[in-house]
This record gives sequence, structure tokens and C-alpha cells, in this order.
Amino acid sequence: MSRSSLRTPLGRVAHLGTARSGTRHFWHQRLTAVANVPLTIAFVLIVVGVLGRNHAAVVQILGSTFVSIVVLLFVVSSVYHMRLGMQVIIEDYVHDENLKIAALMANTFFTIAVGFAAAFATFKLAFGL
Amino acid sequence: MVQLTLPKNSKITEGKTWKRPTGARNVTPFRVYRWNPDDGQNPRMDTYFVDRDDCAPMVLDALIWIKNKIDPTLTFRRSCREGVCGSCAMNIDGTNTLACTKGMDEIKGTIKVYPLPHQPVIKDLVPDLTNFYAQYASIEPWLQTKTPTPEKEWRQSHEDRKKLDDHYECILCACCSTSCPSYWWNSDRYLGPAALLQANRWIGDSRDEATGERLDNLEDPFRLYRCHTIMNCAKACPKGLNPAKSIAEIKKRLVERQV
Ligand code: SF4
Ligand code: SF4
Ligand code: FES
Repeated sequence: MSRSSLRTPLGRVAHLGTARSGTRHFWHQRLTAVANVPLTIAFVLIVVGVLGRNHAAVVQILGSTFVSIVVLLFVVSSVYHMRLGMQVIIEDYVHDENLKIAALMANTFFTIAVGFAAAFATFKLAFGL
Repeated sequence: MVQLTLPKNSKITEGKTWKRPTGARNVTPFRVYRWNPDDGQNPRMDTYFVDRDDCAPMVLDALIWIKNKIDPTLTFRRSCREGVCGSCAMNIDGTNTLACTKGMDEIKGTIKVYPLPHQPVIKDLVPDLTNFYAQYASIEPWLQTKTPTPEKEWRQSHEDRKKLDDHYECILCACCSTSCPSYWWNSDRYLGPAALLQANRWIGDSRDEATGERLDNLEDPFRLYRCHTIMNCAKACPKGLNPAKSIAEIKKRLVERQV
């Protein structure tokens, strides 16, 4: 925003008006943060549980119904949380409008790619494909 | 993107070291930011020596002493000299505060004085707060009602009046907003802790009938949600207020009307 513009200070503050949004983002960030507490603990326990085991045993544990559901929930919640957090960082620091849009797109694409890859791997183990 | 270095014309240079007062035994050195829009020079740091036996105890007293006795060109704002007008806010010893309520004894060694950070400077210690005041105006800081005005007055219970505590004391000095990293990066769109604390003062006023519209106007990823509860604002406020808490209350109300 150029300070040399002849727009009044109040006009500049008003900008394009209120987006009437942000609350959902805020709420979902808290929601996933809370969900991530038990899910991360469970995930770490699972990782510790498979450490040092041979391939067949790992496949069996990760493929069991309960474990794969927990892993899947962990993936969805943490990947969504990551996207929300990264979005905040981009909005904070990237001020070029075009670059910002590109970064926000890349953030979403990256999240979906990582999330789907992890989910796919989990399904594969669960259904023994 | 993020600008990591200062633009060339903002680099601070070494300024003038002014004469020590002769015969003074109790001297406190001051390093003061100087910038004159008219001389085309970069900002500089001047060094002054203040005779403490000839000067009252506050940092503002020292600045006035310097202006009267050493260097009449030193420019700063002040009015009430007792922490109620908000004019003398500046960055002293690394913290935004009021020069008139900050004792020189509270600071060890050389006292460094800069204007409030991240605002355009008009001259020396005087920041341009045009945007800050416009942001305050944008939250419409007055009572808004639709019910016809009662003959005598709008009434309020004692408990409801209590809810305005920790808000009405704000003197709009801008110490909080200019200490907030979110405000540094996005002050064109983020309203900042001072304006949001004031917004919450009206949202929380039991007599006001525009609560919903006020919340609508704040519900925005930039206006409100740039606050990440970093709490610098609460640390800086010379009146002991907690804008971060007020902002959290606004967010809570927004969630409450949605969830
Ligand atoms: S709590 Fe919010 S308003 Fe206060 S300094 Fe932090 S980001 Fe800024
Ligand atoms: S909340 Fe405190 S620091 Fe902020 S403007 Fe008001 S009095 Fe100044
Ligand atoms: S001179 Fe009024 S607050 Fe310091």
C-alpha cells in the first residue's frame, strides 16, 4: 500500500472491507492441535513398537485395523494442521500479492500430496495390497 | 518478501557527542536517535551527558533538560508528564514506554532513546501515528444504540461496568502496537493491539447495541487474526493493560457465535 496515495488514512485502513472469515481457520487450528496431542503420542508409541522388528512383523502391525486407523487419523489431522499453520506464516511474511497466491496454492498442493501419499501407504498395508 | 536489511537511507550513523556539563559530579550519558527530514542526512545517534543533580528523575525530565540546556533542536512530544496523555511514548533502553513515567534510576549505564519502532519518523523522537489513529477511528469508538435515547442516561449495572476495567485506562500511546511483530509486518492491514483492545472495550459495553456489527467488522484474517498471542503488547503497556487478553476475548466471542 503506497503511503503517497491521496487516499485518506481511514479509507486506507478500510481497504477492501472485512473478509468475514478467519474464525473457522482459527477454530480448526485449535481443534487439530487438541486432536494432535493423543494422536501424536499414539503414533510415537506405534513407531517405537515397530522399531527393530523385521519387515513382515512391521507390515503386520501397521496393517492391523486399529493401528492403521490411528495412523490415518494422525496423518489427516497433522497434515491439515500443518497446512493451516503454513498458511499463517505465508500471510504474515509474504507481501507480494502474486507470490502470496502462488505460495498458498503450493502449500495446499503439497499438503494434499503428502497427505494422500501417507494415506495410500496406510491403506496399502491395511488391505495387504 | 521480508526485508532483512535496512534501506540505505535508514542506516543509523554516529552523531555528535555534546559537551559534558562543567562541574557536574553525577552524570548520566544518553544516546538519542536524531533525524531531520530537511537536511538530507541519514539518522544518527547523538551522545549527551545529563547532570543528574540539576535534573528531575524521569527520562522525560532529562530530555527536557537537554532541550533547555544543551540542544534546543532535539524534538519529541510530551504534554501531561504524568502518564495520562500518551504523547511521550518512545523506545527507551530497548522497551517501548512512556518517558515521563520511566525513572532514570531504573536503567543501568547509558540510556538509549529511539522513537517507537516501525513507524515512519517525522523528526527525531516523533513518529507518524496517522495510520494508528485511523485504525482507532475505524473501530468506531463511541456508543452505538438503536433504542431511543432515554431521557436521563443509559444505565449500566455495577458488574457490567466492571467489565470495562482494564480497557478504559488505555491512553492510546501506541507502545503496544509498535512492539507487536505482527503489527510490524502487517500494520497496513492488521489493526494492532491498541485498536483491538479499544474495539473490545465497546464490544464488552453492556449499553452498546452494535456488538454484532462490531464483531463483523473485525472478523478478518488480517484485521484481527494476525494476532498470534506473542504477548509483547502486554509486556510493553505502561498502564499495565493486557491487549492480548482482550484480543483473545474477541476471538472467543467470534467462535461462540459460530460454533
Ligand atoms: S499478543 Fe497479539 S497483539 Fe499482542 S504482541 Fe502478540 S501478536 Fe501482537
Ligand atoms: S493498551 Fe497500553 S500500550 Fe497500548 S495504547 Fe493502550 S495504554 Fe498504550
Ligand atoms: S507526557 Fe503525557 S504520558 Fe508522558
